[in-house]
Amino acid sequence: MSKVEQQGRREFLKGTAATAAISIAPGVMLHSLTADAAPRTEAVTDKVRWGMLIDANKCADGCTDCVSACDKENGLDLVNMPEGADESLWERQRPRWIRQVSLKDNLSGKITHLPMMCQHCEKPPCVDVCPTGASFRRADGIVMVDRHICIGCRYCMMACPYKARSFIHAEVAEKLTHTPRGKGCVESCNLCVHRLDNGQTTTACQDACQHQAIVFGDLNDPESAVSQALKKYPSVQIRADLKLNTGVRYSNI
Amino acid sequence: MKKIHFSEWGIDSPRYWGMLAVLGAIIAVAGLAVFYMEHNGHWVTGMTNQVVWGMPHVFAIFLIVAASGALNVASIGTAFGKKVYKPLGRLSGLLAITLLAGGLAVLVLDLGQPGRLLIAMTHYNFKSIFAWNIYLYTGFFAIVALYIWFMMDWRMNKYYKPVGVFAFVWRLMLTTGTGSIFGFIVARQGYDAAIMAPMFVIMSFAYGLAVYLLVLMFAFKADGREIGDVLLKRLKNLLGIFVAAVFYFTVVYHLTNLYGTENHEYEAFILRDGGIYTLLFWGGWVLIGCLIPMGIIYHPALGATRGGIIAASTLVVLGGFATIYVIVIGGQAFPMAMFPGKTIVASGFFDGVNGQPMLYSPSLPEILLGLGGVALVLMLTFIGIRVLRFLPTSLADEVADPHHAKS
Ligand code: SF4
Ligand code: SF4
Ligand code: SF4
Repeated sequence: MSKVEQQGRREFLKGTAATAAISIAPGVMLHSLTADAAPRTEAVTDKVRWGMLIDANKCADGCTDCVSACDKENGLDLVNMPEGADESLWERQRPRWIRQVSLKDNLSGKITHLPMMCQHCEKPPCVDVCPTGASFRRADGIVMVDRHICIGCRYCMMACPYKARSFIHAEVAEKLTHTPRGKGCVESCNLCVHRLDNGQTTTACQDACQHQAIVFGDLNDPESAVSQALKKYPSVQIRADLKLNTGVRYSNI
Repeated sequence: MKKIHFSEWGIDSPRYWGMLAVLGAIIAVAGLAVFYMEHNGHWVTGMTNQVVWGMPHVFAIFLIVAASGALNVASIGTAFGKKVYKPLGRLSGLLAITLLAGGLAVLVLDLGQPGRLLIAMTHYNFKSIFAWNIYLYTGFFAIVALYIWFMMDWRMNKYYKPVGVFAFVWRLMLTTGTGSIFGFIVARQGYDAAIMAPMFVIMSFAYGLAVYLLVLMFAFKADGREIGDVLLKRLKNLLGIFVAAVFYFTVVYHLTNLYGTENHEYEAFILRDGGIYTLLFWGGWVLIGCLIPMGIIYHPALGATRGGIIAASTLVVLGGFATIYVIVIGGQAFPMAMFPGKTIVASGFFDGVNGQPMLYSPSLPEILLGLGGVALVLMLTFIGIRVLRFLPTSLADEVADPHHAKS
């Protein structure tokens, strides 16, 4: 277990060191840490902005494919209920990065389903409030938590308008190397950052969705599937009134 | 007015040590509770991913808010030059420090990673109001300590006024900062109100003075010192004004919320349908925290008795806890409005299905931690007044009241 933990830590540090350097001063590299951040070969830049378009019409009632895929991809299924815990309380304490929400329109009664996860705000309240800067936004638009400097104050959870974050309420015995996790820290969807940094271009939830409800890609690239889809269909941001310019957009809700 | 003398708290040793032992025991139990929570993780508490701040935060925020208010008595003496309050200043400064220490201890011990506090000191996010608060708190300790020193040391007396004014300004910033912790949370209906910060300032006046009165009266009674009726009456009237102001802000806060359509549901929740939160709002915040104390204070007979003043202060403190509970927990229990015009009918993550509030029931360890914070405040205060000269030997009217000789 300690070996896994060690590796995870090293890999994570590499990844975050590179990104942290950028987030300190956008556009300015402080040092050449990126060289270590294999397999990524270039620094994270704001040339790319990762994002999603989710089509609520396609999301199927009662389907949990994206949720299970995310759980597996990010080791959330390894977080076991502690012995002696109250089951219904634990359900409210266990971490979740993505969930399905079903809505009923108050006027028409129309029912829609959609997956909700961190919306990767361009102006993320969770980053603004975090006292230590553990909650940070990468140049490529991914908002995530550096779990080595998170003190577990949960202020970011108070501030997130989408309830996207989870606090790790219990000791986690088993974890994946690419998703380190520790009791007392906060975490949330990071757009499968380990995949992207490995050169992959899809997220686990997108891959898992048999209904093609999730289109993921580079919002800055006009040719990307997500940009094309955004051009074609009308879409909205959830709680657009907050003007957070989310990276995750929805159509047909 | 005679010259004021100060002396150490003179209660007999067995009683003093007995009190410290009891408080120490409470703190030790709280320590065990902290160990239990930190060792297991927060699953042993009632806090969840929906209600992320629980009982420890209620205690911590109450104590921190009261801390800055406790300094008020000294400020009135210094910044506003009211002579009669001057002898009260030292204890006021001491209470400000001990209340803040107690509150911060509770806050820190509830962190998911309290051991990383050093990180919080070195990694700074200057945009975060939370991080600014850390500055405000440390600054507060330093300034108030300086203030107490200048009050106590006659050689420094000439600087005492500017430091006092500075401390007053700092305390206003501190409470505004604490209030802003909520004001900055745009996501949640209950917190997104400009009135939050001034409301916290006025709440701090009331809670701080109530705590001050209780400690002052207890400490004086315990070693047979005298407090004159004139002075008590002034403090009592001041408390009445502060409590009335809290009530006024409460009314304005909810009226402005009712004015804006987008907040109607939140208001209905707190004022009518919120179960425990509605109960605590009307019963705790309004009745126990505002109306009954005001009734006692302004009652011609009751308000003149010491018992009445003690009762009123105690109720203000209890009502204060209820108030913070409604704000902190109630604000989280109310489901966030993510989809206007729609009802959430199912969710894999407790998004308030059909408008259901989030569940929270405080667990014993959380409450013990909070009570430990209170015990710590009292312990530090008692030690302080025992070893240093915080208490005036007498506050009898002929000593403390500047108009006494004339009348
Ligand atoms: S959705 Fe929440 S957690 Fe994600 S970036 Fe926005 S505020 Fe932060
Ligand atoms: S819980 Fe962690 S990431 Fe969230 S605000 Fe606190 S330190 Fe930052
Ligand atoms: S993008 Fe990855 S981390 Fe985010 S919800 Fe989908 S699977 Fe989970």
